[in-house]
Amino acid sequence: MTSISFANQVLQVLAGALLLISFAMLAERRSRRLVILLVCQGAVLFVSTALVAATAHLTHLFYSAALTLILKVGVLPWILLRLLRQLGIERDNEPLLNLPTLMLVGIGLVIFAFGLAQPVSALATTVLRRTLGIALAVILLAFLMILARRKAFTQVIGFLALENGLFFAATSTTYGMPMVVELGIALDVLVGVFIFGVFFFHIREQFDSLDLRHLESLKED
Amino acid sequence: MAGVNGLAATPDLAMLLGLIAAWLLVGVSGLLQPHRIGWVAHILFPVGALIALGVAIVGALTVVDGFVTQSTVLPLGLPDLPFHVRLDPLSGFFLLLLGSAGTGISVFSAGYFRSGEGTAPGLLCLQYHVFLASMATVILADDAYLFMVAWETMALSSYFLVTTQHRLPDIRRAGFLYLLMAHVGALGLLLCFGVLHGGSWQMTFDAMRGATLAPAWASIAFLLALFGFGAKAGLVPLHVWLPEAHPAAPSPVSAMMSGLMLKTAIYGLLRVSWDLLHVGPWWWGLLTLALGLGTALYGVIFATAQTDMKRLLAYSSIENIGLIVAGIGLALVCRSFDMRVLAALALAAVLIHALNHALFKSLLFLATGSVMHATGERSLGKLGGLIQRMPWVAALALIGSLAIAGLPPLNGFVSEWLLLQAFLQTPQIPHAFLNMIVPLGAAVVSLTAALAGYVMVKFYGVIFLGQPRESELREAHDAGWLERAGLLWLALGCVLIGLFPQVALDGVGHVTQLLIGTTVQRGPSAWWMTPMASNHASYSGLWLWVGMVVVVGITVALMRRFYHGQVRRTAPWNCGYPWRTPRMQDTAEGFGQPIRHLFGPIFRIEREMPAPTDAEPRYRIDIQDRFWHTFYVPLAQLVRRTAEGLTILQGGRLPIYLLYSFLTLVFLLVCVL
Repeated sequence: MTSISFANQVLQVLAGALLLISFAMLAERRSRRLVILLVCQGAVLFVSTALVAATAHLTHLFYSAALTLILKVGVLPWILLRLLRQLGIERDNEPLLNLPTLMLVGIGLVIFAFGLAQPVSALATTVLRRTLGIALAVILLAFLMILARRKAFTQVIGFLALENGLFFAATSTTYGMPMVVELGIALDVLVGVFIFGVFFFHIREQFDSLDLRHLESLKED
Repeated sequence: MAGVNGLAATPDLAMLLGLIAAWLLVGVSGLLQPHRIGWVAHILFPVGALIALGVAIVGALTVVDGFVTQSTVLPLGLPDLPFHVRLDPLSGFFLLLLGSAGTGISVFSAGYFRSGEGTAPGLLCLQYHVFLASMATVILADDAYLFMVAWETMALSSYFLVTTQHRLPDIRRAGFLYLLMAHVGALGLLLCFGVLHGGSWQMTFDAMRGATLAPAWASIAFLLALFGFGAKAGLVPLHVWLPEAHPAAPSPVSAMMSGLMLKTAIYGLLRVSWDLLHVGPWWWGLLTLALGLGTALYGVIFATAQTDMKRLLAYSSIENIGLIVAGIGLALVCRSFDMRVLAALALAAVLIHALNHALFKSLLFLATGSVMHATGERSLGKLGGLIQRMPWVAALALIGSLAIAGLPPLNGFVSEWLLLQAFLQTPQIPHAFLNMIVPLGAAVVSLTAALAGYVMVKFYGVIFLGQPRESELREAHDAGWLERAGLLWLALGCVLIGLFPQVALDGVGHVTQLLIGTTVQRGPSAWWMTPMASNHASYSGLWLWVGMVVVVGITVALMRRFYHGQVRRTAPWNCGYPWRTPRMQDTAEGFGQPIRHLFGPIFRIEREMPAPTDAEPRYRIDIQDRFWHTFYVPLAQLVRRTAEGLTILQGGRLPIYLLYSFLTLVFLLVCVL
């Protein structure tokens, strides 16, 4: 393992940071801090993508790194924070499971993800192949976050974290997706967040709350 | 051979494709001014009729030419999956059928459709012409892909036509039932084509012709085709949509569905069982024969009991489809024993009957449309005596009724006579069991033909003869000139085929040549039709007609000669009644009663009898289809119960739904591992 270059070591550290942020998001109850954690995740993603681009000399990865910076560190958090202000929500309520259980399930998922990634990363040829397990774990943890929260706002954050995980998985295994696909996804995420924003207002207008338990009354019998 | 060069080398086919495109263009033009009835009715529909005439002429030329097969690949469709089209005598014959009956229906429609009846006229025009174009495309298609696309277009466009009056819940229900059956049938066809390619995954019919299937797979393909086309044609027990959809649709649409669309199913069955599949075991034929005969008898018995004139005609369509399918079954039996001449005779009967049915059933459906427009009434119990108010419609409907009842010298007799001739030749079949079974079929065909005559006496007698049962009927007016022209065109077809059946027999000879490799000879004489041998049976429509005219002329002359010249006017019948009202006439229910009584167990009857002391007695009878209650209702309940069982999954809690996706993701990841 001595042959691992400095850049690669940095990348491993960044991947670890990504996983750590995911756990932090899982445990965080305040919506504003969740957004800040999302910004951190975006920043880590930007740095790691830029680093991969530099080590592998891939121009198109520089573009996607720039895209990540603008979108995930700049535009999206700004929209989300504005939404927070307008909706006037500050505190998120308790998750559906208590925190220790949630953490334990999360750890279980990470182990599962690493087990899953082992045969796949053996096939990958990139500098980041050992980080595929982490990328998968980030995806699953984000999914867990969507599952375990009640507020619509937190679920949107979870959705964005999920997308971050997918992006990281793509960079770490195949040096990123084709530019067209990446641009498409970026646009989707942006539009998605706008639509979510509209929905927030509608849900709140209808139920006076963003708690999704109220949506259960919509089911027809 | 692909592309433009292919089209240039096949002038007839190119012309047909142009005509189909013209139909679509006419349809789209309807949308330009969807609410201007003058534009749609007096310009677009007549143009559509001209196009139909063109289709008929090209189809007729193909049949007359014979042995000519033109095919090409269209630059349309998906990449690597282009559309193939082919014109051969079989498709030519069905195009002739489509075009000739379509011409009459389109001319009639030009006078029939009015604004303010449900769908806007322009939209109706689009649906109507897309329907026609898709039927022509089904007939021309030479690969499973184009066939299914056209087939489904046909189902959808006709669904929208059926639900023209979509504001009425009954009509929406009928439309839904139709759409459902159409899709179930299409599923059968899709699977059938999936079997037919024989593992080569080539979807062209050419590849399917060349494929060699294991006997079991060939049988499965045949059964699937029988199911799929049977659902569209209305074979019992897949017939339930027919008596619902036909009355729901406007009359020209009923005429198109009954006269033309059912024939595309017959075309498909012929194409698959004779062209794409190779010779099969004899039980294919026996099964088809039994299904066809059962359908024919079932349809005609139910027709006797109907009191709604369009439902009556719908059941009569089921009967005729039954006869046609029975003929196909007989031909299949003969083919499996390599009795080519007999198979060709049965096929000729099938083809001519298909054409005849397209003509006279369209004629009758259109006549009911004129009656409905004149009176606003569909129930036989409220009609009557219209022969005085609507002489044109009455006279032309009489031709249609006589033809469908199978009376000489009209066309219905020709095809039923040919079919019976084929049945009577079956002692030649080298199989003891079949030798005993098939003659029973001849008996059933005769019974069906007789009952069909009974049904038509009821249909015509109750609507047009006697006295008007309601006072409003006295204001009824005859149909407009366009409607008359349409009816006249169809009636002319009935008469011509009846008088010159040998010409029709010559024409279908080229089709049977393609399918079985031999033809039915018309016989040595130009005026007589002698399909088997002159000591066996011969028929000449023209001579029969001349004979009838001579006999009637002599009778009239004798009557004139011996007539005493005194006139006494009196009531023809007043058996001790102090007064008579038109309601004392025999009704549709009353006329059908003996048959209903005879075949009682087949029906599911709900009856309300008035008490003897009732001051205002009311009699109500509701005749229902047994298949509906014993088969379809339990099936629908099963589907509903299963669906309700599955709603447990839909608890309404968002985290649970998310958990489903999460578990699916984890499961799939484990599978990858």
